[in-house]
Amino acid sequence: MRELNTDLIAARVAALCQEANFGLPADVLTALAGAKEQEGSPTGRRILDELCANAGIAASERVPVCQDTGMVLAFVETGQDLHIVGGSLSEAINRGVAQGYRDGYLRKSVVVDPLHRVNTGDNTPAVIYYDIVPGDNFRIAIMPKGFGSENCTALGMLKPADGLAGVRQFVIAAVERAGANPCPPVVVGVGLGGTADKALLLAKRALLRPLGASNPDTDLAALESELKTAINALGIGPEGFGGQVTALAVQIEAFPTHIAGLPVAVNISCHALRHKTWVWNGEQD
Amino acid sequence: MDECRHIETPFSAEVARELQAGQRVLLTGAFYGARDQAHRRFAEVLAQGGELPVDLRGQLIYYVGPTPARPGHACGAAGPTTAGRMDAFTPQLLAYGVRGIIAKGDRSPGVIAAIRQYDAVYLAATGGAGALLSHCIKEARVAAFPDLGTEAVWRFIVEDFPATVAIDSWGRDLYQIGPAGYRSVQ
Repeated sequence: MRELNTDLIAARVAALCQEANFGLPADVLTALAGAKEQEGSPTGRRILDELCANAGIAASERVPVCQDTGMVLAFVETGQDLHIVGGSLSEAINRGVAQGYRDGYLRKSVVVDPLHRVNTGDNTPAVIYYDIVPGDNFRIAIMPKGFGSENCTALGMLKPADGLAGVRQFVIAAVERAGANPCPPVVVGVGLGGTADKALLLAKRALLRPLGASNPDTDLAALESELKTAINALGIGPEGFGGQVTALAVQIEAFPTHIAGLPVAVNISCHALRHKTWVWNGEQD
Repeated sequence: MDECRHIETPFSAEVARELQAGQRVLLTGAFYGARDQAHRRFAEVLAQGGELPVDLRGQLIYYVGPTPARPGHACGAAGPTTAGRMDAFTPQLLAYGVRGIIAKGDRSPGVIAAIRQYDAVYLAATGGAGALLSHCIKEARVAAFPDLGTEAVWRFIVEDFPATVAIDSWGRDLYQIGPAGYRSVQ
């Protein structure tokens, strides 16, 4: 059985936390550049120019793109034939987060408990999701999620009779209500189906999909495109100052659901959609 | 409207009254940083009739929690945080004498009314441009509540710090006016 040591995972997580915060993914940069072409508002274009310049400065100076370096989400896929050695995997991930946030001069934004609000001092714990998959590889995606956008999350337990029209209305209303707060232009993650918690997780995972890669289901792909057009017609624009580009993308993930329900969740990312993935397939490094 | 006005901070109520929603400004001078937890403490002090740890009368408050500065840098990434969370505290601080706020995102009707009443102004910096804005910060130091870490009260010295007048002293709100001009739905 192949073995992977948690020390390597911790070291990789530390690096991923920093890289994710210093550099926007190529698809996000492309989407921002595309938005500039599309935006009719002079103020909106100026904002988009600032955001592109900001990303350049962050990457070259290794300074975070945004001061809200987020709470860390870790999406782990571990092969069922892989043996993780060297102690607790969750502890290793958190050790990596602490090291990455310390070494990278990243902001520690996590408080010990929601009511007393004393800072943990090292940005741990991360929110970790595990999937056991066939094979013996290991994959971890690190997503630092800022709370300007996270606070705009919406969950609707719609009735089956609400159907497509209800879903459409719910998603558009959530983005409209969010307005300037999630730092538009945003990426809108939508989770359809499952249970309440599953829908929220689908919406979050939808943000990890490459921008512009439509859902393989043609109905959902059409809905993504239709929602993007409708959201951009709201006029919110970059930073909420008015404009034609409010959403860079709408990404939907769906899952079977119960005969009595139609859960729909909206999880928004700001334009600084940050994530970085490491895949281990047995090579020593 | 897109032409830029250079302003020295802090500024007077007269200058605040000249600013127009949508106008772009470049700020040079000093202002203070404070966000959620510092505002809670300000409110407690003011409710008890006490003195704030720094005199904020006539000053601007920037809602920010910067990242730690790398060696050789004056400040880490330092973009604005969402203003709405401070809505409950803002009217009281404007009544006390704060001249204006720098942050991002829309404000409640109560805050807009207080901005009009006290000749204040709400300036928006670009959310998510923390690296770019850090270049305009020449000096950053903790001015109060050091136990709050990034949420402490900061004092910044800035040069040509870019912002947009989001709500002017007449209560005109760019977050209403701007999107209305581009809205193309029923």
